[in-house]
Amino acid sequence: MIELADLSKTFVVKGVAHTVLDHVNLTVDDGDIFGIIGISGAGKSTLVRCINLLERPTSGSVLIDGVDITGYSGRQLSDLRCRIGMVFQDFNLFAQRTVLENVTFPLEIRKDPRHKREARGRELLELVGLSEKAHSYPAQLSGGQQQRVSIARALANHPSVILCDEATSALDSLTTNSVLKLLRQINQELGVTIVAITHEISVVQKICNKVAIIDDARIVEQGLTAEIISNPQHEVSRRLLGAVSWDA
Amino acid sequence: MREFLAEYGDLLLSGTLKTLAMALIGTCAAYVLGIPLGVLATATAPGSLRPHRGFNMVLGWIINIGRSIPFIILLVALIPFTRLLMGTSIGTTGAIVPLVVAATPFVARMVESSLQEVGGGVVEAALSYGASTGQIITKVMLKEGLPLIIRGASITLITLIGYSAMAGAIGAGGLGDIAVRYGYYRYQDNVMFATIIILIVLVQGIQSAGDLLARVVDKRNR
Ligand SMILES: Nc1ncnc2c1ncn2[C@@H]1O[C@H](COP(=O)(O)OP(=O)(O)OP(=O)(O)O)[C@@H](O)[C@H]1O
Ligand SMILES: [Mg+2]
Repeated sequence: MIELADLSKTFVVKGVAHTVLDHVNLTVDDGDIFGIIGISGAGKSTLVRCINLLERPTSGSVLIDGVDITGYSGRQLSDLRCRIGMVFQDFNLFAQRTVLENVTFPLEIRKDPRHKREARGRELLELVGLSEKAHSYPAQLSGGQQQRVSIARALANHPSVILCDEATSALDSLTTNSVLKLLRQINQELGVTIVAITHEISVVQKICNKVAIIDDARIVEQGLTAEIISNPQHEVSRRLLGAVSWDA
Repeated sequence: MREFLAEYGDLLLSGTLKTLAMALIGTCAAYVLGIPLGVLATATAPGSLRPHRGFNMVLGWIINIGRSIPFIILLVALIPFTRLLMGTSIGTTGAIVPLVVAATPFVARMVESSLQEVGGGVVEAALSYGASTGQIITKVMLKEGLPLIIRGASITLITLIGYSAMAGAIGAGGLGDIAVRYGYYRYQDNVMFATIIILIVLVQGIQSAGDLLARVVDKRNR
């Protein structure tokens, strides 16, 4: 379970303070596929980066399974990060490593022996349907295949949670569907909790059981996807959910 | 032609080898020193792995000062230091010190820019998997930046061939020494031209070899 309690983040740029997250409260339960939707600049990436402390909150706390992790550093922090996989919009694969070496990178960091790493790597490539690409390099793969590799990499350490920051935003709609199906399969078969950031309502509709709507640094609404889609309470939610008017 | 080679062949060959030796040893030593400096400059930059404003600025100054002194002046200015370090300030041995001093800041900048090219995305991915600063430097930055570092190495080697020719003019031996002794003092243009041709071939060869190696190593283009 992930709880964000009164989480705020302020960036100070040239003496001017920008509040990017303003007292955010959010609860993600185990087994959720939790969507966080908002327009560009709303603070989605910053929010998700606070969960594994890639970004340090200015105030408030992040509780993982009831334990406040905001004070973590060093060994404790890297152990925590091992339990949380992350998937990025532009994949962020290592160009000079083979697909297999990319997938096993998190295990290399933990200094697992080679044979163990490779066995796990092959298992994961099988899961994402890329076994025959083990010795290819990222540049030889399509965008969809690269994102599958990065999902496999995120799973390497048997994490209980995967954070996806716009995992499908760089992909066409057909490829998006197959990647979303993979994420849902991972959630259902491996029981991995997924936090999915997106600006596309269709992503939420397809795979998220819960959703939070973020606008201008605040969560304006959160709950079960079905309920929010059928009965949005907030103006921003309606705008995000409905067809955005062309003239607006 | 045959006569020319019979008379000057050995001289030119040993000059070429000396020049190559100076440039190669200088380049290797400059990388041994320059890679850590380049890594430090990258890692302590604002927003990088271990930002440290003061250290980064001072390091930047030192590197810039090193890079702004013309080699010919460095050559002369370093004579006492070279003598202290190597026991002599002349000959091929004496030339190594100024070559390394001149090349190290050059290499440090080159390594720095190669590492910067690696980009925040993969560094962030590595961080998100719990990698330590040391692991990110060796397993991500240096590994991903290797093709660029190799390209930089051939540029450094070529620059040092030029520098070592200059050092030759003050008694370091090698092709520069031959060109000056025969071409300038004895008006033997043919010997001077021969050294020029050898230098051109060396530079072209190193450039092509470096490009080829970088291309083979770089897994992005396939
Ligand atoms: N390191 C930083 N320093 C200063 N400002 C930042 C920093 N990171 C993010 N911001 C600012 O915080 C705001 C929110 O950024 P964030 O990346 O979280 O938005 P987002 O919702 O993910 O947007 P997008 O959909 O475009 O990815 C933006 O205005 C951005 O400029
Ligand atoms: Mg974002």
